[in-house]
Amino acid sequence: MSLLRTRGLEAFYGDFQALFGVDLEIAEGEVLAVIGANGAGKSTLLRTICGVLKAPRDAVHFDGEPIGGLRPGEIARRGIAMVPEGRRLFPSLSVEENLRIGEQSRRRGAWTLEAVYALFPMLRDKRGAPATSLSGGQQQMVAIGRALVANPRLLLCDEMSLGLAPIVVKEIYAALPAVVAGGLSVILVEQDISLACGVSDRLYCLQEGRVTLSGPSASFGREDISRAYFGADLGDYGAPRA
Amino acid sequence: MTGWIDTLLQGLLLGGLYALFAMGQSLIFGVMRLTNVAHGDFIVLAGFVAFALVGALGIGPLAAFAFLLPLAMLSGYLLQRAVLNDTLGKDPLPSLVVTFGLSIVIQNALQEIFSADPRSISAEPLATASVQIMEGLSAGVLPLAIFAIALAAAASLQWLFARTAIGRAFRATSDDAETAELMGLDSRAVYALATALAFALIAAAGLLQAMRTTISPADGPGLLLFAFEAVVIGGLGSFWGTFAGGLILGVTQAIGFRFDPGWGIWLGHIVFLAVLLARPQGLVPRTR
Repeated sequence: MSLLRTRGLEAFYGDFQALFGVDLEIAEGEVLAVIGANGAGKSTLLRTICGVLKAPRDAVHFDGEPIGGLRPGEIARRGIAMVPEGRRLFPSLSVEENLRIGEQSRRRGAWTLEAVYALFPMLRDKRGAPATSLSGGQQQMVAIGRALVANPRLLLCDEMSLGLAPIVVKEIYAALPAVVAGGLSVILVEQDISLACGVSDRLYCLQEGRVTLSGPSASFGREDISRAYFGADLGDYGAPRA
Repeated sequence: MTGWIDTLLQGLLLGGLYALFAMGQSLIFGVMRLTNVAHGDFIVLAGFVAFALVGALGIGPLAAFAFLLPLAMLSGYLLQRAVLNDTLGKDPLPSLVVTFGLSIVIQNALQEIFSADPRSISAEPLATASVQIMEGLSAGVLPLAIFAIALAAAASLQWLFARTAIGRAFRATSDDAETAELMGLDSRAVYALATALAFALIAAAGLLQAMRTTISPADGPGLLLFAFEAVVIGGLGSFWGTFAGGLILGVTQAIGFRFDPGWGIWLGHIVFLAVLLARPQGLVPRTR
């Protein structure tokens, strides 16, 4: 049985429709990548799943139960944690206090403060520092750690590589195997397509709010993806237009 | 010389009461950026409820407080959940209008029930007891007790915000309510808890104001003004800042009163305006 399933999911910003009938499914322990150009609806998809944007009740099922329309806090307590785009750390809280906000999900499990410090040892030395005084990469680690301390069953990661140096991105993604080892499911929204393909089991490609490609990540070639990504076969036109 | 020391002492003790007025305001504004225009009226209302409890049950002020405290906290919680949560948002106007309306309702209801007469709660034998500090200088036990309560309140709130899970929830929700909700917090419940705490301070302030001097239904806006001035002088950085703001306001007024009975309140306003001009972030700004 799938852990999370969306059925005909639509999302709106006022009159603007951002998602059109998205069907998505993720199994327990699976890593899913969602790729697509800017404005394709990737972040909107995550924001709808976690309840920031309201979905119809039956459009999102988690663990067999409808969660559409629930408040984000309630969804978090049921086991969906978010690493938001831009990290969104709490500036008036220290590193450790940010991590401990994850405890508000009131879920117990393997992810304790100690486990997070073992995963990202450099955070231990900075535990008392204001979270926003850290480097971008370290802040991203705090954001991931904060979500893990919530002991979720599904982790949503929105653009973790955004604005970070490639070497830092590599360091952060190196932590992924340890994160999923405990059977956690992950949905990654990524701009970096080769990175997304490399770490995920399956991928979905969104274009203008619709799924244009989905399946096992290893089964797609560059042409399949660029066609789904841009809606055109770039081979005919030469260099990408983006 | 002792005259000046006496002025300073009386000012500090008066400032303790102002700090108590201000901390509830500072708490609500700090957590949810809501300016409660009815803050002073809620203090007066709490004073009148205490007055009614003392009169109806024939109990002392301390016993009355045992009833008043849970009642005030529950009322604060329900007020936030039922009314004020719906006024929050980017636009500060709805909450200003709603609390302004509450202010008018409370003043008129109190006037209807209790008439416009000033009332007070007898604090005997505390009211007339005093301790001699030095030759020619003594302080009332009641004002000293009020000062100690304000000091304890500031220390407790500071500890609560800095060291506890609920304090972290207050600060996180204040920083970024949307992200706090993503982490499992219910911002509406967090706000309601903050208002319940603020109403505990309001209950104490109302009872103590009625014991130290008198209360009448129209006093609210004046108390609000003092609370505001203390918050602005102290800055929103910490409860110690608010506490210091209350003391500065109290001392300034006491110095003014020493020159001329008409100058006290006025000099307080002048210092408030001077701080607003020279240091709009307050003396103890938000540090982190």
